[in-house]
Amino acid sequence: MVIVVMSLLVFFGVNVIGNPIDILINPEFDQEEMERAIKALGLDLPIWQQYLVFVKNAFNGDLGKSFVYGMPALQLIVQRMPATLELALTALLMAVVFGIPLGMWAGLRPDSVAGRTIMSGSILGFSLPTFWVGIMMIMIFAVMLGWLPATGRGETVALFGVQVSFLTKDGLAHMLMPAFNLGLLKLSLVIRLARAGTREAMLQDYVKFARAKGLSTWRVVMVHILKNILIPVVTVLGLEFGNLIAFSVVTETVFAWPGMGKLIIDSIQLLDRPIIVAYLLIIVFMFIAINLVVDVLYSVLDPRDPHRRGSGDRPGNPHGGDRKG
Amino acid sequence: MAAFVIFCALVFIAIFAPLISPQNPYDLGEIDIMDSRLPPGAVGLAGLTHVLGTDDQGRDMLSAIFYGLRISLGVGVMSGVIALSIGLSIGLAAAYYGGRLDAIIMRVVDLQLSFPAILLALIVLAVLGKGVDKIIIALVAFQWAYYARTVRASALVERHKEYIEAATCLALSHKRIVFRHLLPNVIPPMIVVGTVQVAHAIALEATLSFLGVGLPLTEPSLGLLIANGFDYMLTGKYWISFFPGIALLLTIFSINLVGDQLRDVLNPRLQK
Amino acid sequence: MNANRPTLVVEDIKTYFFTKAGIVKAVDGVDFTINRGEILGLVGESGSGKTVTGFSIMGLVDPPGRMTAGRVLFDGQDITALPENEMRRIRGRRIAMIFQDPMMTLNPVLRIDTQMIEAIQAHENVSRQEAWRRSRDALGRVGISAAEERLRAYPHQFSGGMRQRVSIAIALLHKPDLIIADEPTTALDVTIQGQILFEVQKLCRETATALMWITHDLSVVASLADKVCVMYAGKIVESGTVDEVLDSPLHPYTRGLIDSVPNRNRRGVPLKQIPGMTPSLIDLPEGCAFRTRCPRSDDDCLASPALTSPVLGRKARCYHPHLPGAS
Repeated sequence: MVIVVMSLLVFFGVNVIGNPIDILINPEFDQEEMERAIKALGLDLPIWQQYLVFVKNAFNGDLGKSFVYGMPALQLIVQRMPATLELALTALLMAVVFGIPLGMWAGLRPDSVAGRTIMSGSILGFSLPTFWVGIMMIMIFAVMLGWLPATGRGETVALFGVQVSFLTKDGLAHMLMPAFNLGLLKLSLVIRLARAGTREAMLQDYVKFARAKGLSTWRVVMVHILKNILIPVVTVLGLEFGNLIAFSVVTETVFAWPGMGKLIIDSIQLLDRPIIVAYLLIIVFMFIAINLVVDVLYSVLDPRDPHRRGSGDRPGNPHGGDRKG
Repeated sequence: MAAFVIFCALVFIAIFAPLISPQNPYDLGEIDIMDSRLPPGAVGLAGLTHVLGTDDQGRDMLSAIFYGLRISLGVGVMSGVIALSIGLSIGLAAAYYGGRLDAIIMRVVDLQLSFPAILLALIVLAVLGKGVDKIIIALVAFQWAYYARTVRASALVERHKEYIEAATCLALSHKRIVFRHLLPNVIPPMIVVGTVQVAHAIALEATLSFLGVGLPLTEPSLGLLIANGFDYMLTGKYWISFFPGIALLLTIFSINLVGDQLRDVLNPRLQK
Repeated sequence: MNANRPTLVVEDIKTYFFTKAGIVKAVDGVDFTINRGEILGLVGESGSGKTVTGFSIMGLVDPPGRMTAGRVLFDGQDITALPENEMRRIRGRRIAMIFQDPMMTLNPVLRIDTQMIEAIQAHENVSRQEAWRRSRDALGRVGISAAEERLRAYPHQFSGGMRQRVSIAIALLHKPDLIIADEPTTALDVTIQGQILFEVQKLCRETATALMWITHDLSVVASLADKVCVMYAGKIVESGTVDEVLDSPLHPYTRGLIDSVPNRNRRGVPLKQIPGMTPSLIDLPEGCAFRTRCPRSDDDCLASPALTSPVLGRKARCYHPHLPGAS
């Protein structure tokens, strides 16, 4: 249902942008040539008919041909998807791997110097404008220090038929900065989530009970608390993953990373309608897919009654046990 | 608290930019292209010391930043205020009338919130084109939902209480009481959301300008300044992008800090 | 474990909470002794400081609270000054604790076997199979049938009574010398409560485990305990054997507690209540903390009474105790 609404919105909205006829068809053409071009591109039909044609094609896997590249839109986007996904997944991984320990530390010792630094750092993290940080990173690490390559994607290698770059050393070097740049915002988010979760968990009776059993602090933290905070962290991150993919637009522009994001920006500038439409539809589709995955993950991680999940961006306090005799 | 001071200083600069800038960087009469790309501290042809260097057109960076700050803050705050009004009305309406209206509104809100802000803004701008007003519309488009949801949540708490009292209360003054009680209850969380949203809006506007779909060149915000400097960073002329970035960073950071502190102050749950 | 030495001696302990609103004197000078195999009932209303007493003994008082004075002698050893890693070896192994609400005390995202095995492995170097076996046997001992399947379950899949049995099983895993049970049956139905009480009493008698049962319910104490201490506003106001205290209470508060329990024999007689409310521990009345609610108070009570022995073998903190024989 969402897809239908989205496609409607997008199609009609996009059709309203400038008149692609003027942009794409050489104004030098005489009338006859223009009409032929218009027919070829299907622009002569009334809008609602164009939409129906579009839908019909969509079900056949054809989301239109790019005005600019002349290739099927779907193919173009899919071609560039691995690059974006690779970047987004690495960014997510970084955020989790660094964010959870840092956040837990800040939660366990909130008043220590380290704890407070981490918290201020996290606010700094999501205050930093991503694109500026990207520029600065390039400046420092690539231009001044020369440690890392400035832009572009590194060597790729085929994995299950998909081109991935993280398996090569060159690929990793190229990916390091953009992935960190993209993941910075999420890192801050994870830190704050982990901290809040840890602080809440520490107040719970089961932590005290675990200590009363004589468990070592390490075990209490790493097993009891960690498992409990994983649930909200994972759910939020899952939902944010879609955001991450969307935001890759910025990072890809700064680092000239050949992904979907750069494609969409260029397309908007060039009014390449089919690409825009196709991109938006694919994104929506991915969102729904991600939501499904998150749902599954959640039920795996949280063994409790699935009806007690909180809705919204922050699952509520999970402790609401029933008391039966 | 230092954050608040910084924030006030920035607002002050923004408001009085024309009066305190060493140079009006957009008055073609005052700039000289021979001055371009001077490093920080250099002295220009007119004898003016460019504390932060100059850009590729010879504009004094410090002045450009002041003017840019004005635009960035102006756009951010204005969009925030508009979004707040819209969100407030919708949120209150949803909470007050409840039932189907509430359900529909919340579905829309949820739908919108699950959509990435940047994508939404891109679509809006793709459809509407460039311009200050269009940017503000785009910024408002993604913000109002946050306000609406927060307002509705707080209003609902109060509403449920009201209906218990309402049983014994005169039906006449009900509407008045609702507005007099709902509103004050709603304001604290709204302020917190507001600060974070304004920061977010400013950041988003900068990002959009950087990407080239934001504000037009005639009204450069900090984002555009940074974009301008993008081309020069590979040759080491860092100041053209660096300093506007710092200014942007300070703005967003101070607003976020203030918002964070406000949240701790206003959150009854944490006051143990 | 020396059979002649008392298992637990609590000497004048004070635990204060240093909050922004003021200093909360949760435990303000508490003494008692529990001998080997004895059952002590610690009775008091909510806010009397009884739970904090239990935590103080275990060394589990969290900031802003702190034990500020006193000693706790466990089997003759002063454990108040013990470093944390040694205290950890005592917790769960020699002193075990059972909490009030088992839903909150068992980690909801971990399985039962995980939580039991870790309790065993924290103190003994045994294999997972061995620990699993012992957990299963422990569950059987507390009356949980089909223990093998139960072990793989999560806490929310059990009823309240079963969860509490699991907590008790965990407490017994290392055959501790002392068990501190903090209102373990309060959240349960009366019938289940009876069963659990019976089982606990049986187990303690069998293994000569000392037990400290914290509760607000006098009837529980009556059926279970050997000795009883009554707490009010952080202090012990009466102590003695169960029969003595319940048959002829000395302190007006104890008497009020007993009188307010509905009694089948006095049908039709209006219930007596203790007037007023438990005082906030930040803002105690001057002198005797019970003064403002006591029918026997006078100006003498403006000075804090000390714990005295108006009758041999019993203690009370009152200037006007109900002496046996008198009305």
